Amino acid sequence: MTLFRRRLLAPLLAIAAAAPVHPAGAGDGPRALGTAMLPAYRQECGACHIPYPPAMLPPASWQRVMSDLPRHYGTDASLDAPTVAALSNWLGANAGTSKRVREEPPQDRITRSAWFVRKHDEVPATAWKLPAVKSPANCVACHVQADRGDFNEHLVRIPR
Amino acid sequence: MTRPTRSRIPFIPIAAATLFAVAGLVPKADAATPAEILSGYSAQAGSTPSPARGEQLFTAGHGREWRCASCHGAVPTQPGKHAATGKPIGPLAPAFNPERFSDSAKVEKWFRRNCRDVVGRECSAGEKADVLSWLMTLQR
Repeated sequence: MTLFRRRLLAPLLAIAAAAPVHPAGAGDGPRALGTAMLPAYRQECGACHIPYPPAMLPPASWQRVMSDLPRHYGTDASLDAPTVAALSNWLGANAGTSKRVREEPPQDRITRSAWFVRKHDEVPATAWKLPAVKSPANCVACHVQADRGDFNEHLVRIPR
Repeated sequence: MTRPTRSRIPFIPIAAATLFAVAGLVPKADAATPAEILSGYSAQAGSTPSPARGEQLFTAGHGREWRCASCHGAVPTQPGKHAATGKPIGPLAPAFNPERFSDSAKVEKWFRRNCRDVVGRECSAGEKADVLSWLMTLQR
């Protein structure tokens, strides 16, 4: 290495080490439902709830969700048009296509899918009403790694 | 003359990685301070902001299900919690959370959504100035 480069190396390494790491999909878990999350999706669609894995709904459901953001399950989640377009494209490309997710659940709610209800049929009704849980949409209350796309049932901890 | 041996330390990849890391630190177009955002809204409103009116708007009910305080807390110097999902929300007062009111596009987005939910319409520039001026009075 030239002397110049050698002298530059230590400061460069120091700067690189000090710069904040962008959470650009890092920490999604090894097999986060097969998809690395778009940073804009995590930011915009993970602000009020965990960013739900796109594979949990079929494309038609996502389309409906994205077409009515000002009335998003009782709240205004509106976004500028370019962001809506970018997110819609990504959701369409990464939506669920497996047999289990073919159904468009009532109100396009993941938590009303037949597979969800079946998977959670051992959870007592009272658990959903715990203050720490509030609703079945609050995955991370029990699936502690849900915001990294990891819903492994061995990591479930139902709060008191 | 012998040829210099190639260094084992990959200079060019390290330099490239540093550039990428530093690029993330370049200020974005919407970057601002709370004071700048406040003066923008005041200028638009053509009036002096009133922290008292801002506090009132923030904590009072507006005939709908939620108040600002429902998610942010009546004195938003602590973390809040989303009223429907339970998701933690960082403190809103800028003195307690340096990320707040640092990006004008983000501020506009959340005022649009949350005023529509809480008040049933968009907040005026004067109302936004009032609320922000009150939030800026909340100090440690």
